[in-house]
Amino acid sequence: MSHHLLEFKDVRFRYPDGTEALKGVTFLITHGESVGIVGANGAGKSTLLLHMNGHLLPTSGAVTVGEVPLGMDTRPEIRRKVGVVFQNPDDQLFMPTVFDDVAFGPLNLGLPPDRVRERVHEALRQVGALALADKPPHHLSGGEKSAVAIATVIAMKPDILVMDEPAASLDPKSRRSVIGILNSFHHSKIVASHDLDLILDVCARCLVIRDGAIVADGPAEEILSDATLLAENNLELPLTLQGRPAKQ
Amino acid sequence: MHMADALLSPAVGGAFWAGTVGAIGYASKKLKERLDDRRIPLMGVLGAFIFASQMINFTIPGTGSSGHLGGGMILAVLLGPHAAFLVMASVLAVQALFFADGGLLALGCNIWNLGIYPCFVAWPLIYRPLAGDGRSPRRILVASLASGVVGLQLGALSVVLQTSLSGVAALPFGAFLLIMQPIHLAIGIVEGFVTAGVIHYVRAARPEILDGTASSPPPGAGVSLRNLSIGFLALAIVAGGALSWLASVRPDGLEWSIGKVTGKGGLPEREHEVPLALKSLQKRTAFLPGYGFKPPANEAKPKEEAPSWPNIDAGASISGLIGGFLVLVVTFGIGWAIRAFRGRSAP
Amino acid sequence: MSFEAAYSGLGRLDRLSYRDTMIHRLDPRAKVVATMLFAVAVVSFPRYEILSLLPFFLFPVLIGAAGDIPAGFIARKVVAVSPFAIFVGMLNPLFDSAVVAIAPGVSVSAGWVSFASILVKFALTISAALLLVATTSFPGICRGLRRLGLPALFVSQLLFLYRYLFVLLEEAMRVVRAREMRSFGKRGAGARVFVRVVGTLFLRTVERAERIYGAMLARGFRGEVPSMRQETLRTSDVVFVAAAGGFFALCRFVPVPQTIGRLIRGLAG
Repeated sequence: MSHHLLEFKDVRFRYPDGTEALKGVTFLITHGESVGIVGANGAGKSTLLLHMNGHLLPTSGAVTVGEVPLGMDTRPEIRRKVGVVFQNPDDQLFMPTVFDDVAFGPLNLGLPPDRVRERVHEALRQVGALALADKPPHHLSGGEKSAVAIATVIAMKPDILVMDEPAASLDPKSRRSVIGILNSFHHSKIVASHDLDLILDVCARCLVIRDGAIVADGPAEEILSDATLLAENNLELPLTLQGRPAKQ
Repeated sequence: MHMADALLSPAVGGAFWAGTVGAIGYASKKLKERLDDRRIPLMGVLGAFIFASQMINFTIPGTGSSGHLGGGMILAVLLGPHAAFLVMASVLAVQALFFADGGLLALGCNIWNLGIYPCFVAWPLIYRPLAGDGRSPRRILVASLASGVVGLQLGALSVVLQTSLSGVAALPFGAFLLIMQPIHLAIGIVEGFVTAGVIHYVRAARPEILDGTASSPPPGAGVSLRNLSIGFLALAIVAGGALSWLASVRPDGLEWSIGKVTGKGGLPEREHEVPLALKSLQKRTAFLPGYGFKPPANEAKPKEEAPSWPNIDAGASISGLIGGFLVLVVTFGIGWAIRAFRGRSAP
Repeated sequence: MSFEAAYSGLGRLDRLSYRDTMIHRLDPRAKVVATMLFAVAVVSFPRYEILSLLPFFLFPVLIGAAGDIPAGFIARKVVAVSPFAIFVGMLNPLFDSAVVAIAPGVSVSAGWVSFASILVKFALTISAALLLVATTSFPGICRGLRRLGLPALFVSQLLFLYRYLFVLLEEAMRVVRAREMRSFGKRGAGARVFVRVVGTLFLRTVERAERIYGAMLARGFRGEVPSMRQETLRTSDVVFVAAAGGFFALCRFVPVPQTIGRLIRGLAG
């Protein structure tokens, strides 16, 4: 089952302007795990995520996906294994219709048209957006766009699914729907979010990142009930773990 | 400033469409050869940006009229001429389709007028040499003004030529020119300032955007401003001379507008026009019209003919009116009926 | 036209284009070709022709009715874009003052006749163009143009523009509204604010393009935007173009109103 491994070994990254965004990150994610990544703004969550599909390459250290080490020339292969859903769905739905967007990945994989059609139907069905197939993205609501954005990635059947703030700016119903979608997957999942309740609902394990380094790594239940740890990282207890304080 | 179908003849419209399609094909081919992938989404989104910013107006201080951004020059600076032309063409196409700016036949003319001159003439020949390495705000301002003015002057001249060659509007070449050119001179100056302003803003905020796209130093980066101005002036003189010669080919128009200005009135011209107009009217009310492709230049040659009144058969014209009325009634009646029928059967 | 008005007009036309009627279902190529033939036929009439243009109204009227496009909407848009044509055409009576009789006892200057002709041609061509867009989704038109031979790079550019048009219009609107609030009632704003607004929008656009490119790479993009649609022409499409073309040719070369009028008068005795 090693092809579902994601490993970071002492990864460091410095932006062209000199900012050191990652300072020696090390962790291992194995097959079928669901991992949340939390931290204060600017702690390095997004930078970390961008390394997972080779959008950024480490300044030093190693990223390995399955048996494949991340390098300039192995990026296309890595991208077949790791699917990333970025924060803003509008940036990921760039084709004229929903169908075209979801088909984009499989077509780039070289699949023949009927296989592509199958993949598109399956992916849309999984996220509950089959009825939207012929619509242009700008006719969709925020929740619909998020769902379709997820579909565009899972249509490629990646081994590992990475998501950056999947429920930001979604209304409660759409948010619940996205949580449902995520829970229905059995790939390895990595979710970066401020929405700690979502992390609690979706992830079994949690990493806390601060100033470019991992400061905590353990079961989500444990980490997310450690109020002190959370406070140190500009976070609060998930709402579901907070008692409702009596009004004074 | 957008050409309209109704002012166009099929020959002129077709010719400019052919030219535009050729230019699109050429630019696409050249771009494919050395396209950086990341340009593909950039061109698309920039097109949307130009479209959106053309919908924003601002008031010009002192005049109360509104101005806006053309966009061709900024695109050329950022993307190079071929990509810039494709983006402008796409913007104009979407405007033609969604705003009905002129019509489908005129789109060929509009893409030519507003795309070719800024991207393939004004940018390489005027902006680039004047702007140099793009670091001096003063050079950029001069370059933007000069290229903006020239691009629009050429575009306006094009519109006048297309209108005159089509022969649908009776406005004489010279008079039209005298109206269009000064207006577009003013527009060009405003656009030049705004373009320079935006370029300056972008350079201040994120200089690498503009720097990164220059694949090679522009030719003449070291040429002095003065030598270029002299060259430009010479070009303007030559162009002005050519324009005057062109205008003089249609002496009636130019003389008329000069006559109007000096208050001498245009009677002599009208006497020539009367027999010709009548003659052509006779032709047209004849049973089989079909001379729509003749350019008006033929008709304008003054001929010595005794004026005669139109020999319109009163019977034929009454039939025409009856028939015309009936056609309209039936046509719109059908439309109304279809809609009413649909309305009844709709849930 | 104000920004808001233009934006909502655009949105309305766009939504209309996704409806499902007999006309919407026609192949985009057929509609594009028919509309172009229409424009050429209309425009090929001589400058003083009015009567023979009238039968041509059947094309936009039928398309609009069968395509369920609100007539008032189209009419308003035609009027809204007429200023340039009116401005130029309006000078015809000034420059062309030969007098002609258009009916027994009624004479006007030829310039008015040609001006009226320009207006009729304008109404015909603009309404036909609008109806093309109203009955064909923009991506559909692009696919049709691709099949008709336009370069793939340009078509992909059109599609990208369209996709992000509404996104950018919304961003622009937010910025414009913010500016209006800060202007304290001064209509419009100076060039300085405009430059800042446009400059900001430009930077955001470039940043957005970077993110889109990242998303494209993440899904395996290697330079060619893939497409899968294969649309074949159906009989209805061919029939449509043939019928339309035939009708235009008939009305171009046979003076239909006069013929009808003669018939009626002949029948009346």
